[in-house]
Amino acid sequence: MPAIDTQTYSFTDKGRFGIIALGAGAVGIVLTVIGAFTDSHTFFASWLTAFAFWTTIVLGALFFVMLQHVTGAVWSVVTRRAAEALSMTLPLLLVFFVPLLFGLHDLFHWTHAEEVASDRLLQWKSPYLNTTFFIIRGLVFFVIWIGLAWWLNRSSLAQDADRNPMHTVTLRKLSAGGIFLFAFSLTFAAFDWLMSLEPHWYSTIFGVYVFTGGFLTSLAFLTLFFQYLRGSGILAEQITTEHYHDLGRLLFAFTVFWAYIGGSQYYLIWYANIPEETMWYLARWDHGWHAVTLLLIFGHFVIPFVTLLFFRLKRNAMVLRIIAGLIVVMHFVDMFWLVMPTFSDGGVHISWMHFTAVVGIGGLVLWLFWMRYTAHRAIPVFDPKLEDSIAHRV
Amino acid sequence: MKTYGIIAAFDSPAQLMEAAKQMRTAGYTHFDCHSPFPIHGMDEAMGLKRSPVGYIVGGMAALGATIGFSLQTWVSTSAYPLVISGKPFFSWQAFIIITFALFVLFGAFGAVIGMFRLNRLPRLHHPLFYSDAFARVTDDGFMVSVESGDAQFDEEKTRAFLASIGGQNIEVIRGEG
Repeated sequence: MPAIDTQTYSFTDKGRFGIIALGAGAVGIVLTVIGAFTDSHTFFASWLTAFAFWTTIVLGALFFVMLQHVTGAVWSVVTRRAAEALSMTLPLLLVFFVPLLFGLHDLFHWTHAEEVASDRLLQWKSPYLNTTFFIIRGLVFFVIWIGLAWWLNRSSLAQDADRNPMHTVTLRKLSAGGIFLFAFSLTFAAFDWLMSLEPHWYSTIFGVYVFTGGFLTSLAFLTLFFQYLRGSGILAEQITTEHYHDLGRLLFAFTVFWAYIGGSQYYLIWYANIPEETMWYLARWDHGWHAVTLLLIFGHFVIPFVTLLFFRLKRNAMVLRIIAGLIVVMHFVDMFWLVMPTFSDGGVHISWMHFTAVVGIGGLVLWLFWMRYTAHRAIPVFDPKLEDSIAHRV
Repeated sequence: MKTYGIIAAFDSPAQLMEAAKQMRTAGYTHFDCHSPFPIHGMDEAMGLKRSPVGYIVGGMAALGATIGFSLQTWVSTSAYPLVISGKPFFSWQAFIIITFALFVLFGAFGAVIGMFRLNRLPRLHHPLFYSDAFARVTDDGFMVSVESGDAQFDEEKTRAFLASIGGQNIEVIRGEG
């Protein structure tokens, strides 16, 4: 079991979290690589699903850090280090982005030169949707995100050493600009990696949809992670029911926001009824896909919404854990629902590689996250707002 | 003249909170605490239950959504069916926006009206305003008031009790409410 020093909040024992995550990740990666050589087409689709799942969660954590700095939030100071550590796994996700570049032909219709030659719409889009620019953009997104994560972490950790409250001001200013860059880069990343799977289809709200799911799931992740730490008695007196209540309220708000954005996209397309737009939803309704769509509506929205509506249920650790777990699973279903209809010719097919890819990428991400988190103090001990944050009451 | 109750002043929010706890321990139920600003933790110190206003909002919101959806269904399918861009008469997707709008509107009505009803507002006068000292709760005063309707209330004993927990400028309020 992991343990921390109650005076300095440094980890004295890192426990087995990292080893288990590393082991599971390694097994997952090995199995997925074997799969890549037997069925590369399924591999790339599964890899993209898993990559989108973890990247959006990690980006959600990066956004969480910046949001707390920009708003000057007090309650969240005790939770910040975990989100910071999660955002520091972005370099690893850049590594996991590379395999996708070998599968562009399998994944993206717009990379087929002969198809583009006979398709006016794709010709029109080719100044944006071409392989070179796609790779450049991917790198630019990662440079922005890794840069922000690195800077946010560096300044926050520097405060642990020099006790200078000015870091809090620096972090706020950095986050104000960072959130702007983040919004654009995430929107275009969602366009590139997920929306361009159907290059004829477009939705301007798509980036917000992907962001919302990721941010929601990063909140669920933080909830589950702190409950895990609590099980080992770590930060049990610093992160209290009051903080879980606030996480629960944000979970509630963003599960509603997710449904609102998803609904906004759907209703507009339904109203206009233009074939090139409705085909995206038809692909997610016909051939058994309606079951996945309904699962999302109920699992991602209705059940969390009704449960988190109640004051007492948000403050109940067990209920919050179940809902947070449900949200994590549903975010995977959401990514599956975004990616897989493009590759399914009639019917919902889930491959074993979906599971190995999620465990593979996730295991290594969680391992790096755990290494980052345990390497420093579990809470920002010299943050000027720390005392108020611990004493926070809803 | 009828006795409304007794008020006592305290020096600080912390003392007011302590006084609330003492009042509660002593078994008083019809008392209130007055301060120029909200004090965190006061609800708990006074032993107040959570406001039922949330359930009023929830009920009203559900009612609004039901009305919104039913109205559109009735109009579009039986009262005045019109074919609009070839879609079915019962196009639930088209009804969602107005259903949602009425859900929010009725919920907001529930919040405002429910809050007023539960606070017994609007009311133009209150017996506490007979006390000149009471005006200070909008500035720098922290006061406890006990109503004569409280089962524990006894003018002499309550006055002595308020003094024993640190109350100052204790004043009996008389007058018609």
